[in-house]
Amino acid sequence: MYAFDYKSPSSLSEAADMLQSSDDGVLLAGGHTLLPTMKQRLASASDLIDLGGVSELRGISVSGGQVTIGAMTTHAEVAASSEVANAIAALADLAGGIGDPQVRNAGTIGGSIANSDPSADYPAALVGLGATINTNSRSIAADDFFTGMFDTALDENEIITQVSFPIPDAAGYSKFPNPASRYAVVGVFVSRSSDGVRVAVTGAGPSVFRVAEMEAALADSFSAASVAGISVSDDDLNSDIHASAEYRAHLVTVMAKRAVQKAGG
Amino acid sequence: MSGTGIGASVRRTEDLRFVRGAGKYTDDMNLLGQTYAYILRSPHAHATINSIDTSAASQGDGVVAVFTAEDMAAIGGIPCGWQVHSKDGSPMHEPKHPVLAEGKVRHTGDPVAVVIAESRSQARDAAESIEVDYGVLPAVVDMNDAVTADSTSVHDDVGTNICYDWALGDPEVVDEAFSNAAHVASLDLVNNRLIPNAIEPRCAIGDFDQATGQYTLHTTSQNPHVIRLLMGAFVLGVPEHKLRVHAPDVGGGFGSKIFHYAEEIIVTWAAAQLNRPVKWTADRSESFISDAHGRDHVTKVELALDEDGKFLALRESTLANMGAYLSTFAPCIPTYLHGTLLAGQYATPVIYCEVKAVFTNTVPVDAYRGAGRPEATYLLERIVQVAADQLGMDPAEIRRRNFIQPDQFPYQTPVALVYDTGDYDASLSKALDSADYAGFAARKASSKAAGKLRGIGISSYIEACGIAPSNVVGSLGARAGLYEAATIRVNPTGSVSVLTGSHSHGQGHETTFAQVVSEKLGIDFDSIEIVHGDTDKIPFGMGTYGSRSIAVGGTAIVNALDKIIAKGKKIAAHLLEASEADIEFEDGQFVVPGTDKAKAFGEVALTAYVPHQYPLEELEPGLEETAFYDPKNFTFPAGTYVCEVEVDPETGVVDIASFHATDDFGTIINPMIVEGQVHGGLVQGIGQALLEAACYDDNGQLLSGSYMDYTMPRAADVPSFSVDTTVTECEHNPLGVKGCGEAGAIGSPPAVINAILNALAEVGVTELDMPATPHRVWQAIRSAQAS
Repeated sequence: MYAFDYKSPSSLSEAADMLQSSDDGVLLAGGHTLLPTMKQRLASASDLIDLGGVSELRGISVSGGQVTIGAMTTHAEVAASSEVANAIAALADLAGGIGDPQVRNAGTIGGSIANSDPSADYPAALVGLGATINTNSRSIAADDFFTGMFDTALDENEIITQVSFPIPDAAGYSKFPNPASRYAVVGVFVSRSSDGVRVAVTGAGPSVFRVAEMEAALADSFSAASVAGISVSDDDLNSDIHASAEYRAHLVTVMAKRAVQKAGG
Repeated sequence: MSGTGIGASVRRTEDLRFVRGAGKYTDDMNLLGQTYAYILRSPHAHATINSIDTSAASQGDGVVAVFTAEDMAAIGGIPCGWQVHSKDGSPMHEPKHPVLAEGKVRHTGDPVAVVIAESRSQARDAAESIEVDYGVLPAVVDMNDAVTADSTSVHDDVGTNICYDWALGDPEVVDEAFSNAAHVASLDLVNNRLIPNAIEPRCAIGDFDQATGQYTLHTTSQNPHVIRLLMGAFVLGVPEHKLRVHAPDVGGGFGSKIFHYAEEIIVTWAAAQLNRPVKWTADRSESFISDAHGRDHVTKVELALDEDGKFLALRESTLANMGAYLSTFAPCIPTYLHGTLLAGQYATPVIYCEVKAVFTNTVPVDAYRGAGRPEATYLLERIVQVAADQLGMDPAEIRRRNFIQPDQFPYQTPVALVYDTGDYDASLSKALDSADYAGFAARKASSKAAGKLRGIGISSYIEACGIAPSNVVGSLGARAGLYEAATIRVNPTGSVSVLTGSHSHGQGHETTFAQVVSEKLGIDFDSIEIVHGDTDKIPFGMGTYGSRSIAVGGTAIVNALDKIIAKGKKIAAHLLEASEADIEFEDGQFVVPGTDKAKAFGEVALTAYVPHQYPLEELEPGLEETAFYDPKNFTFPAGTYVCEVEVDPETGVVDIASFHATDDFGTIINPMIVEGQVHGGLVQGIGQALLEAACYDDNGQLLSGSYMDYTMPRAADVPSFSVDTTVTECEHNPLGVKGCGEAGAIGSPPAVINAILNALAEVGVTELDMPATPHRVWQAIRSAQAS
């Protein structure tokens, strides 16, 4: 690592001030991407602002048809939450399948979505449920939040505070994990609610995306058979040593079917 | 059997310190005045070094020194420990392996310069300011390209990328057998390159005492005396009495810590230059590009059979990757540890094997758990399966029909080895029973009803452990002996220190060897200490690799114990006023049978050191004996593995439904430790079959250079194993032991692949290379369906 100043704010406003006043400050959440990258000297920061002590960013609440999760809530906390499991079981299921126990005990929802890794699980849930991302200055719809590979709608110095998920009638997540990293080669999140059906795909492309054709078919008939014959084009999909674009396109259909089955369809 | 003797599942003595975090590894050591080395490595696979400017780095904060190849011009290159000759009689090409790159880099990770500073981060900071002007050259990556006449040469002074062109057997006799055969099975396959990934990264600390001229190297090694010999005699020119090599607790090796590495030389040499200790510890990313890799063969194999499925001849042609330089034992792996294993468990009358070793711009390749024998087993057990399929024979039956029979031992194979003992059908039958082979069809049907493809695969492997004898291996090109040494030091109050040349880096020697001593001397297990890993303490030993420790190191211990007992009888005879010939030693007592005359082992030990009542005229005081043991032959563990898989045709995911292993390791000292060794080996073999692959791109960049992309097996990737044994005792060592460290990794890959191809047969797939990742399996299914 290159040298940096370590800062440990105890409130959101203190964190925001520190970020604002630093030359090149970086927020530290779970650190699973940031710290390895810094260790490899591929990233550096003047100040590392650790949000671990900001208690107002943690916690889970369910009210008014919404599940709200603080940005610094760990994957393990979401996975173990009976409130989440009762309201949106698929969300707890997704959190419980991220990485491994070490990752889940340190990684956070805010850190994950701010990083916008194309293979991360959470973006599928946020877009697949039509969530809202709250920051210290505004609210952003999930559909507008993920703007590309490792890119989001967040402004410089903006801090995610919490994510609100509307509770659907049914939802399911099915993931094909990278055998090495356990990130999603393809993950498909499907939900059905009074607002309609959402199908969100992570891992396959540069950023999470929805599959309109599947959504329409499922709105018509919410069953695995409805999506079995629908495939996405592999033109813009990722390709690496683990999976070709063609294989990813195939897996989108398979994972969509299985997600619908998990959602009871 | 006593509670702590041979055959008891004694809990591992060493685990008490390991599970408490109290093990002492090299990186746990910190010496007064220690400095830290950072190695600047090549980012290119192949490039000339036009210039290196270290002036800025030398001025860096905390920097003590910066060295390049120029500074080390006076010392030798890294030696290779085995010379193979080509079939035309010429010696292999043996280009210099410089400690730091001289004028050219030949793989990503090749060491270019070293910065030594007061801290690791200062050393790394300074290294970033070293300016290297590289002239990037085309990288030689693919072996098939590397052996073409117009390929770029990895070593300009060699002029070809073929290190040697070796052969074993008579090609004309084999060709004739093929031309007369009723059936020929043929297969092209790849044995995938693996990266060892011991849990403890390599570490080395050099120290120099200016007052005495004494060098010390603390290092993560499986064989400290080998390192002392290679580095002292061939690289630094330091005599043995001025060089101590110490390998304390070592967290796994799997072969990768046999070899003599550049960093060991750098820290030892630099410590003397600077008169300060120098420490280097690899980080994990560095391990991926600096530890020797394993396997990496491209092979064509053919099997000739008669109309009844009897094997008539085997023919193999392989390209074996050496990487950019010859690592310590690299040349012998695809030759004498591979070609000689091609008879397997079968009475194949004639065999021909040719191997071209190939230089490429990749990390050097050397022994990795199994070393040559997994490659031989894989091609053999795969071609046997192909032949069975093509002839419509049951895969168990074709094996039975060709097994060497128990009454044929000792059995001279056509590929040099003489098997001493074995009963292959016993292991096969036991494994098939355990796996409920007869019930497979029903299980397959129920998988099919659930939309899954089920398959079963068999692998009947043989391996050769305890490579020996020294004069034979010397004639085959080994530049070292392959004996082992042990000293039994009986202390005055009867406790025993065992100084062994074997090295334990996870194998549990401190337990197993103590069990042997406890059994032989009839003394308390807790009064025995196993000392290893320090050239200042132990006799000259060859270390641990090739599953040799119990067969070779254990026998040295037994031979030294026999000397102790023989001397003890003389002392006891004097004490008991009896004739030496009348003394027997049993259960820790020297007795005169038929009388009540007895002396406990402890009394005899005390007498040896307090020799008041002692035959001083005829016998030296003290009770300490050393034995060097050079085996007459290899040992030959063998067994059968049965793997059952279920494939999801929609995704290509392979689930191992069950895995049944039956091994014949001869006498077993500690069944629990052996079972653990088998489990570990099976997981590594399954890792090779399903998960692990070192992937280079065309530019020689390692794409699988971290755990994000290199798939190490996890617990969830493997089933709960069913492990069993049969026993035929090794006939040429006193314990009857054969060794168990590598069998799992040797026997399991073909069992897995045979099972997958058995499952995929119903969708028309006939070929599949390792690792059988979901992507590959899916592609194979798709291609089969398309055609």
